[in-house]
Parts: sequence; structure tokens; C-alpha cells
Amino acid sequence: MLGSLWIIPLLPLIGFGLNLFLGWRKARKSLVTIAGVGSVGLATIAAYWAIIGYLEQPARVIVERYFTWISAGKITVDAAFQIDPLTVVMMAFVTFVGFLIHVYSIGYMHGESDTAYARFFAYMNLFMFSMLVLVLGSSLPLMFVGWEGVGLCSYLLIGFYFEDTYCAMSGKKAFIANRIGDVGFVLGIFATFAVFGSADFTRFLPIAAAHPQQYAGWATAIGLLLFVGATGKSAQIPLYVWLPDAMAGPTPVSALIHAATMVTAGVYMVVRCNVIYRIGPAALLVVAIVGGLTAIYAASIAVAQNDIKKVLAYSTISQLGYMFLGAGVGAFAAAIFHVVTHAFFKALLFLGAGSVIHACSGNQDMRTMGGLRKVMPTTYWTFLAATLAISGIFPFAGFFSKDEILGRTFAAGASNLHGFGWLYYILWFLGITAAFITAFYMFRLVYMTFHGEFRGTEEEKHHLHESPWTMTLPLQVLGVLSIIGGFIGIPKLMTGHASWNLIEHFLDPVVIPLGTGHAAEIAAGVSEHSAGAGIEWLLLLVSLSIAVAGILVARSFYAGEHAFEKPARFVERYPLLYKLILNKYYIDEVYDKVVIQPLYRFARFCWKAIDTIIIDGVIVNGTAFMTELTGDILRFLQTGNVRNYALSVAMGVLLLIVILW
Amino acid sequence: MNPTMIPIPSAWILYLSAVLFVIGAIGVLLRRNGISIFLALELMLNSANLAFASFAFRFAGASATAAHALNGQIFIFFIIAVAAAEAAVGLALFIAMYRRKETIDVDRFNILRW
Amino acid sequence: MVTYVFLAAAALAIVFGILAIAHRSPIINVLSLVVVFFALAAIYAVLGMDFLAAIQLIVYAGAVLVLFLFVIMLLNIRSVDRLGSGRRLQAILGALTSIAIGAAVVVAIATLTPAQGAVAPGSQGGTAFPIGRSLMTTHLLPFELVSLLLVAALVGALVLARKETR
Repeated sequence: MLGSLWIIPLLPLIGFGLNLFLGWRKARKSLVTIAGVGSVGLATIAAYWAIIGYLEQPARVIVERYFTWISAGKITVDAAFQIDPLTVVMMAFVTFVGFLIHVYSIGYMHGESDTAYARFFAYMNLFMFSMLVLVLGSSLPLMFVGWEGVGLCSYLLIGFYFEDTYCAMSGKKAFIANRIGDVGFVLGIFATFAVFGSADFTRFLPIAAAHPQQYAGWATAIGLLLFVGATGKSAQIPLYVWLPDAMAGPTPVSALIHAATMVTAGVYMVVRCNVIYRIGPAALLVVAIVGGLTAIYAASIAVAQNDIKKVLAYSTISQLGYMFLGAGVGAFAAAIFHVVTHAFFKALLFLGAGSVIHACSGNQDMRTMGGLRKVMPTTYWTFLAATLAISGIFPFAGFFSKDEILGRTFAAGASNLHGFGWLYYILWFLGITAAFITAFYMFRLVYMTFHGEFRGTEEEKHHLHESPWTMTLPLQVLGVLSIIGGFIGIPKLMTGHASWNLIEHFLDPVVIPLGTGHAAEIAAGVSEHSAGAGIEWLLLLVSLSIAVAGILVARSFYAGEHAFEKPARFVERYPLLYKLILNKYYIDEVYDKVVIQPLYRFARFCWKAIDTIIIDGVIVNGTAFMTELTGDILRFLQTGNVRNYALSVAMGVLLLIVILW
Repeated sequence: MNPTMIPIPSAWILYLSAVLFVIGAIGVLLRRNGISIFLALELMLNSANLAFASFAFRFAGASATAAHALNGQIFIFFIIAVAAAEAAVGLALFIAMYRRKETIDVDRFNILRW
Repeated sequence: MVTYVFLAAAALAIVFGILAIAHRSPIINVLSLVVVFFALAAIYAVLGMDFLAAIQLIVYAGAVLVLFLFVIMLLNIRSVDRLGSGRRLQAILGALTSIAIGAAVVVAIATLTPAQGAVAPGSQGGTAFPIGRSLMTTHLLPFELVSLLLVAALVGALVLARKETR
């Protein structure tokens, strides 16, 4: 399979085509299932085949060029796929998690009509294709193809139930927010072409790495522009607003696109271009600050949400913030590590939530749930594993990755990275606080959903059931991965062997060494992060105890006989704060007032004043009016009398004689 | 072979042609009866013919070949043919017009206007 | 001798030309025009263009003007409007324009270098034979086209003048 990587994305694309056809012919669901899930299954097999082939040979970066895609002057872009450690990691979990979620969708979407079922799988397959192009693409433009493709599928799938206005609007919101980010991304690509003459990863990154000082300024600009794209795609401040509304889509979509894969594209991009960010430290600092602020900000909103998927959505934003924080302090491997573990446990959380919603006949409000533990044990136990993982409890997956990021952030503060040590301490503090809040709101969710007594109607209670095996099987697989997935990145601290940290060791070639001179100190700050073994152990304990504290607080608030009493009192005491958080800091309203309304008024002005009056009125109708007016005057020359015409001819002859004289 | 010289300045013929042309033009522009206009038109055509004849006459001696020297006359021949065709169609038109309005005063035929 | 013939013919042509457009009787107009055409035929003959002189008489005087006479009699037109009657402005402007064109042409002719003319070479035995040969060789295509034009005119005239039958 290595040597023909194009087969991997092609398979889902074929599935997409087949499903379009099957949907058009209104084929039976079983056929759609074979085409939709089968194609992704084959792609998974192909991907792992390629990965095994890759691991068996010595080269660490392989670029396969197929044909010249764009050729304009000095600029050429090849249609080429690249496989290197980063691609391997991304591809491995994208295909595998994607396949599991496809399997899950068989059960979850079973109630849809035949055409809707085919449409769903067609979009999902198209998404898998785009995501694989994004991951495999060997240049920024090709990555952008995948980047836009996943954005399109995201839009289509959020608006899957487009008869519902809210779903359609949410899809548009996601699309537009992503467009805003993409402006930055495209400008970043253009700047890359302008500065380096090529946007192939294997070309411009080594150039930048070899001359860090020469390109420092440009790298900062490019890094910031690309990061604007990342804030859109990966839902960071200030463009995160679309992700909570993206929950309008079917739950497998939320799991696949808006938790596990697409939203991590921004992190992937930053890590892929890590050279650019390392030689432009200001951009790296911005990444870290945005990531840290997003982590705590989104976590704080999640506390007051009552919609089970909204909680998970804000949790996703928060976790993405962690990833950017990790990338921002130079812990690129840790960021990717968190991407992977997050894909496991967050996909599991969403699928579990989907299972719950399935059982509750589509109800998503946690206030009318409760006590589901007894009815759906598989969902409960796998969900609990994922919750422990996201809360950062040893030895679940999230513990390792989150702790790695927080440890590296603290180390950045200790080593006074870029001369902003104090700032990194603050970011570490924000991160650790966010960890506490995360543990709190996640266990709030668990307690409200699975513990206590069922608070819904009798009819709903009667309907409660465990989900079919196609849904629980992926839950179980992901549950196992959420438990053991973290062991691919055991810190050196615990084992004493750096090489046991598989993922960091494996990803080493991606972090291209910088040229001499310049960023020796940056490189030092980035790659050497030892803050002393004692302090590291202390940090581990701090984050662990913080997480436990969060769980305990959640338990005292939402579990047992006096559940919901403390929160009620809290709300009574701080009504304003509660209202603020409940309404998501009124950010949507602020955006509406500050951005959307003025823009809307501007568009209206363009329509009414510029288009209607100037374009339509003056230019279009004005031309017509002038023509008509001229005709109205000149038509009186047409007297209908041939003698007048003859006279005109004679005068014309005279005129010609005079002119030609 | 010496061409036979004729002691008439070719410009005279042209002057005559110009005078006839003006007379014809005045007739066309000032008369209202269709037949009269047509007659004046024939006069104009003939004045053009005369101009051709004048130039054929003037350059006959200087022509490269005998056939070349005849080109002006052949042009006149074609003009006469076209004039005959034109007269036939034009007069048929007047008959048709007369049938419709009992007159061929062209000032009465002005419906093709604004 | 030829000069006098030419001058006499020219004078005749101008006088009867004016009569042809100015007189109120259409019959007199046509007959005046016949005189003009005879005068022009004389000029052609003087210039050694015997074939032209012949067809001028045959086609114009013999055919076209007879056709005019027929139409005038058919429509029974006894007299036409006075020259320049009706639209005043049209008459004034028309006369001025015509005279201006004539004046311009006269000025143009005056600037030409004076030159004597000659009879076309090779036409001592009459121009009918060389013109006929030329029409059948060099100018065959226009000649055939003219025949086509005449047929079209014939059919067109027939269609236009035919009585409309329902």
C-alpha cells in the first residue's frame, strides 16, 4: 500500500459516489451500509497496511508525487501525498475512530428514511476522504483542499436535519465562522508562496529551519495567519462560537467531526508547521495564550449547560485549548498525543451521549434524565471510563497527555521561555484550574445522567433501553482505548527511559532541528524542559489531586440525597454570575451586536444603496433610460417621407465630398 | 497602332455630366410624383454613365491593352442593364402603390415613421 | 466638326433635361427625356462608342421610356405637381444641396489636368465586337449575374404589379 497512498482516500470517495447513487435509487439500507461502512473499513485496512509498510523501512519522510496540480509561473503545486510520523499518527486514529463511528452510525441512524440514511453515509464518506487528504497532503494548498472539504462536510452534516431552521442556521454559522478563519489560512498560504517560493512541507520548512533569523519576521506573520485558520477550524477564541451550535447535527457527526478528527486539524496544522512557529516566537506565544484562555473559558461555560451535548461541545473546545497550549509551549508531540487520546475519549463520550439520547427518545436535557446506570450498563461503564480519562485520573488516557502539556507549560515558565516566564506560569495556573473545572462538570454530567432517579416522564421511562450491539461495540473498543491509550506516551519520569515515551520518540523527525545561531535558546526552551524530577512529581500530584477534588465537589453537588441543593443555593447567592455563565458570557449576543448587526446593516446598505440605486438604478437602468431617451428624440428623424431620406442621402454625399477633399 | 485623336477636351464631357447630375438631383429632391422622381433618377444615372464615358475616352490612348480601354464602356453597359431592371421593378411598385391609394404622390406615403 | 456636334448635343441635353424635370405634363417630361437620351447617344457616337450609342437608344429610349409612357397612361396621370411644391424647406434644402454637390464636382473637375481623349484602340471596325468578346471572356461572371438580376427584376415586377387575388 505504501507507494500508492492515493488508494486510502480514494476508497471513501468511492463509497461517497456509491451512496449518492444508492440514495438516488432509494436503495435498501443494507446496501448503503455495505457501501458506506465497507469503504471506510477498507480504507482503514489500507491505511494500516501502509503504516506497517512505512514502519518496516528506514526512510522517515516519503513523498509520493502523482501529477502537477497547479502550475503558474514560478509556482508549482504537485498533487502529492506525504507519509511521515505525524501523518502515521493522525491517519491511524482518524481511520480507526472513523470506522468505529461509522459502525456506530448503523445503529444510531437506523430510524431514518432510506434516502436520509444514504445521504448521511455519503456525507460521512466524503468527510473521511477530505480528512485523509488533509492529513496526507504534502503541501499547504493540498492540505487546504482537505481543510475545505471537511468544512463542507461539517456544514452538510450539521444541517443534516435541514427542515429544522435551527439546524440549517447552525450549519451556516459553522460554515461562515470557518470562512472567516480560512481567509487567514489562505493569506498564510499566499505569504508562504511569496516568501519561500513553495508551499510543499518538504521544501519550505527546511528552508525556514536553515535560516531561522532571516525568516523570523515572515515566519511570525505566516504563523499568525495560519493560526487564524486554526482558530476557525479548531474552535478557539474568538471563532469558537460555531462548535456548540454544531451539536445540532446527528450525534455520530458530533463524535467524528466535532470532537475526534476535524476540529483537531488546526492542531495538526500547527504541529506540521512547527518550524514556522518556532522561529517566529511571537506567533507561538499567541498560540499558547489563545489555547490557555480557551481552555479555561470554555470549561467555565460547560459548568452551567444542561444539554448533554452542549456540555461535551464546550468540553471539546476546552480540550482543544489544551492542545494549542501544548503546541504553544513547544510541546508539539504532547499536543498530538492529546489529540489522539482526546479522539478516543471524546469520541466515546459523544457516542455514549448518543446512546443516552437514543434511549431517551431524542431528549438531550440532562435535567430530565438520571438513573440510566441500571438500564444501560455498557454505556454507563464505558462513559465512566471516558469521563475519568478526560478528568485526568491515573492511569486513564487523558491523564498522561494532559499532564504532559501542563508539565511542559510549567517547564516553559521555569526556563523563562522567550523571556515570558511569568506568562507561562499564569497559563499553567489557568490550565490546572481548567482541569479542576473539567473534572467537576464531567462528573456533574455523569451524576445527572446516570445516577439518582429518572426524572423524565413515565412514557419515556418505559422506552429506556440499552442500545444495539452496533452501537455498544464501538463504545467498548473506545472504552478500552480510553483506558490504555495513554501508555503510548508514558513520561520519562515514571519509567526512567525516554524511549519508552513512544509517541514523543516517534514524532521526533517531525520537529526539524533549527539552523545554528538564532534560536538556540528557543530550541533549548522547546525541547529541553526538565524542571527537576522532584518538581515534576509534585506537578503530577497536583494535577491528580486537583482532578480528584473536582470529582468530589461534583459528587457533593449532584449526587446523593441532597443533590441539586448546593447548586441551587449557589445560584441564589450569585445570581448574576450564574446568569452570565448560563448565557455563555453573552458572547453570541455580543457578536450579534458588534459584528453581525453592523455587517448586516452594511450588507443592507450595499444592497439598498449601492446595488439597487447605483448598480441597478444608475448603471443598468440608466443605460437603458439614456438609450430610450436618445431613441425618443432621434426617432423624429424618421419622418416616413422618402423625400426627406433622399435629401439626407444627398447631404451625406455632400458631407463626404467635403470630408474627403 | 495610333489611336484616333478627337479634339474634345474630356473635361467638357465631365462638366456636362455634372450639370445633368444637378438637374437630375433637383428633380429627385423637389418633385413629389413618383414617376417624375423616377425620370429624374434616370437622368442622374445617365449623367453617371456620361462620366464613365468621359474617363474611358480620356484614358483610352493610355491603356495597356485594347481590352483594358473598353472597361469604361462595359461598365456603362452594366449600368444600363441595372437601370432597366430598376425601372421595371420601380414602375411595378408605383402601380401597386397607386392601387392602394389612388395616387403616387410620395408625400402621401409616410406611414413608416415614429 | 465633332466639337460642334458635341456642343450642340450638350446644349440640347441640358435644355431638355431641365424640361424633363420641370414641366408639369408627364408626357412632355418623358418625351424630353427621350431627346436627352438621343443627345447622349450622339455624344457617345462622337466619342467612338458606337455600341453604347446603339444600346442607349434601344434600351433607354426604346424600352425604358416606353415603359414609363405605358405606366403614365395606365395610371392616367394628366399633370403632376409644380416643381418644388409642397414642403418648402425640403425644396430649398434640396436645391441648395444639389447645386452644392454640382459646384463641388465642377471645382473638382477644374483641378484635373486638361487632357485630350481618344477612341479606344482596336475599335476602328466598331466596338460591338471587342465589347462582346470582353463580355464573354473577361466579364463573363458579371454578365451572367446581370442576366440573373434581370430575371429577378422581371419576376419581382410581375409579383408587385399583379392584382391581388384572394
